[in-house]
Amino acid sequence: MARIELQDVRKSYAGQEVIHGVTIDIANGEFVVIVGPSGCGKSTLLRMVAGLEEISAGTIRIGDRVVNTLEPRERNIAMVFQNYALYPHMSVRDNMAYGLKIAGLSKADIDAAVARAASMLELEPFLDRKPRALSGGQRQRVAMGRALVREPAAFLLDEPLSNLDAKLRVQMRLQIKDLHLRTGQTTLYVTHDQVEAMTLADRLVVMDRGIAQQIATPHEVYTTPANEFVAGFIGSPAMNIFDVRSEGGILVLPGGHRVTVADPPPDGDLRLGLRPEDVETVSDGADAFPVVIHSVEWLGADAYGYCVIDNSDTQLTVRMPGNAPAARGDRLKISLSRSRLHFFSKEDGRRLKAQRAS
Amino acid sequence: MRRTVFPHKLLPWLLLAPQLAITLIFFYWPAAQAFRQSVLKEDPFGLSSAFVGLANFRKVLSDPAYLNAVQVTVVFSLLVAFSALAIALFLAVQAEKIIRGKGFYRTMMIWPYAVAPAIAGMLWLFMFNPSFGTLAWPLRQIGINWNPLLDGDDAMILVVAAATWKQISYNFLFFVAGLQAIPKSLLEAAAIDGASRRHAFWTIVFPLLTPTTFFLLVVNTVYALFDTFGIIHAVTGGGPGKSTETLVYKVYNDGFVNLIMGDSAAQSVILMVIVIALTAFQFRFIERRVHYG
Amino acid sequence: MAEPGQSPMAARGLARTMAHFWMILGVIIVAFPIYYVFIASTHSVQTILRPPLPLLPGPEAAENYSDAFSGGIGRIGGVSLWRLLGNTTLIALGIALGKIAISMASAYAIVFFRFPFRMACFWLIFITLMLPVEVRIQPTYKVMVDLGLIDTYAGLILPLIASATATLLFRQFFMTIPDELLEAARVDGAGPWRFFKDILWPLSLTNVAAIFVIQFIYGWTQYLWPLLVTNSNEMNTIVIALKKMISFADADTPWNLVMVTSVLAILPPILVVVLMQRWFVKGLVETEK
Repeated sequence: MARIELQDVRKSYAGQEVIHGVTIDIANGEFVVIVGPSGCGKSTLLRMVAGLEEISAGTIRIGDRVVNTLEPRERNIAMVFQNYALYPHMSVRDNMAYGLKIAGLSKADIDAAVARAASMLELEPFLDRKPRALSGGQRQRVAMGRALVREPAAFLLDEPLSNLDAKLRVQMRLQIKDLHLRTGQTTLYVTHDQVEAMTLADRLVVMDRGIAQQIATPHEVYTTPANEFVAGFIGSPAMNIFDVRSEGGILVLPGGHRVTVADPPPDGDLRLGLRPEDVETVSDGADAFPVVIHSVEWLGADAYGYCVIDNSDTQLTVRMPGNAPAARGDRLKISLSRSRLHFFSKEDGRRLKAQRAS
Repeated sequence: MRRTVFPHKLLPWLLLAPQLAITLIFFYWPAAQAFRQSVLKEDPFGLSSAFVGLANFRKVLSDPAYLNAVQVTVVFSLLVAFSALAIALFLAVQAEKIIRGKGFYRTMMIWPYAVAPAIAGMLWLFMFNPSFGTLAWPLRQIGINWNPLLDGDDAMILVVAAATWKQISYNFLFFVAGLQAIPKSLLEAAAIDGASRRHAFWTIVFPLLTPTTFFLLVVNTVYALFDTFGIIHAVTGGGPGKSTETLVYKVYNDGFVNLIMGDSAAQSVILMVIVIALTAFQFRFIERRVHYG
Repeated sequence: MAEPGQSPMAARGLARTMAHFWMILGVIIVAFPIYYVFIASTHSVQTILRPPLPLLPGPEAAENYSDAFSGGIGRIGGVSLWRLLGNTTLIALGIALGKIAISMASAYAIVFFRFPFRMACFWLIFITLMLPVEVRIQPTYKVMVDLGLIDTYAGLILPLIASATATLLFRQFFMTIPDELLEAARVDGAGPWRFFKDILWPLSLTNVAAIFVIQFIYGWTQYLWPLLVTNSNEMNTIVIALKKMISFADADTPWNLVMVTSVLAILPPILVVVLMQRWFVKGLVETEK
């Protein structure tokens, strides 16, 4: 176990910089998830930590050692790959034992380590099978087992659940969480799935276009997104974000609606963020504005109303209780003072100030 | 392009060294020598040589014996390539219709692949030997004056038969693989559209086999040009009266038996140009189908 | 598909029967020459020289074969049948194994490493496809003389083990190995040698078997090359020896022994092809495509 420190890590391909200086400090035993859309550089970052990709600038430390130029095997890390990368001609046992064999452990030590990992992952019945005789979920567990036997300084996982079906993914997510609690292993986990990210992480690194947009706990990322990208990326359905104008305590909304807010942002053009689940409807009031529902998705416990702000073409998603859904064409009034608001700069998308509902 | 590679710099050179060494010593150096000699003329004692430009080529290309070899080669190659392709395709199509016993037929068909061309030639010579060949005997009984050792046309027929026989296996395997790659649903769709079997073959199967046929055409041409040297050398020795003297046989004969270096080198260079053209042709076409990353 | 007035089942049955008929005819044409020489090898010279040859094996099989092995061939060709078979086996094995070794090594270098002139090396090897022995006979012979390789096994084997075909096949196969497998192995601590030994080699076995068959046949059936680089009868391959026997043919030629030699020149490669058919067919069709 060890801490991992990334200091201004950069990566360029043929003069084109794709990772623009990422700094992360991962504490011993911490579970950090790197999340972002595809092509944001999250896998590249993980592979640089693993030593599979050279770094162009910056420093990576694992434990007390600078590992910048070390081979993967010298970094004392274990990795789980998206497609598992099991050796097709080796049994499950041999797959798990391979790294230990190369490290020159004794037969007895290898057997003990494999047995321990196999029991943790309930792989005992499959130890003598070849990977092709296993289901997707079992293969995934073997890949986890191969990483576990090593007792490495850090555990790196690259989208380990993306090849599983939805139900199995939930199951394995819980198992990974459980394993982490039991082993206390420093873990760096890459995913594009925000549910995985939110549920697993002690801390999240939200990446976009080669930049760590925000590094914080899942709660903080959700409640206080650092910028418009993070606000839009985390949360499902996505946060409603649209242009507003602030004029001395009054917000001018699309469609020309003028609404008073209790704790107004500075005057000028800015972006207002409003999570569908934070929207409060009221019968009337000076702090409310009208929307028209044009379709409703009923999901059981909840329903989502897809609305348009009256007199405009700005769309707005609203979560409604599942037992009293509205219908197409209904009009709602939305209270801003009772909803939780996020303001972002119109120029660079940065968060302006936290607005708290009264 | 692989994403991950080993970082070693010296090791790959060590791994490549044996192949590169052999390639340079036994392929590039002699090929370069052939080019060099093709523009030189040696004195009869081989003591000195002078640069003569394209004179050797001019001499070779205006030599009636060489033009005869060109003609023999074209006739021989066309006959071999066409017969070997046609027979193999016909048999492969028959094999496709068979459900039980396919494996048996395939096993029986691949034997000739393992037979050396020279021996293939000798086998056919044994069978059609005018004095004791069992198959030459009935020809004589019905009054055909068959003698491949004296008659040029008979000799050509014999070497074409032997060369074709040996190449059928190879083509057969490729056509079977090509036919298996054609989705059955296409033929079922054609049947539902009311196409007869024959019609379906020419409008669907044959066009879809074009890549295989095309590939085999090049391979068979190369085979007929070069690999059949053994057949000619062992059976007819280019005779009777140069009637089966192909280009490759003539290069060998001039360079080795008659020791005319400049001519032989010029002929080598011409052959090289032919192979390069054929390979480029084939590679262009493979490029289109197989992606070399 | 059915012709009018015919049930589809009957039409299909007829087509299948016809297919069997044509296949049997094809097999007879393809197999007959080999059967013919085998039959001839079991008859006396007198029977062979008096056509037509019987279609069934004759009574002289044991006599012909024991005579051939116990010196009969040596009387005609000056070198024993054992020696010929030994030479040919050695050359065929040397070429097949040598090719596998050097082409695997070079394909490994080209696929799993990055170094300057990597693609130049690839093309250098690839272009040798266009330089068959036949187009550079005379200068290659001169190189052999200069290196003192005439009448040596090295001279018979070495120049033939550089093969663009085998290198291309291995390269193509190596490129299908997923990147993650190599990455997993590197994380597990495997260097180039261990990766090759523990992972790549076991995964390549089918391809190795296929290339072995193809190259064994290639080695066994060599003709022009042994013709060039051997002068001494002692170094003959069985194919060359056979050619020499029939070219000096006269009335006294013991044709029965020639037939025995033919059978023995054909049999080993046929056995290899038939017994290793599964890999051979796969290798052949995949190499060339």
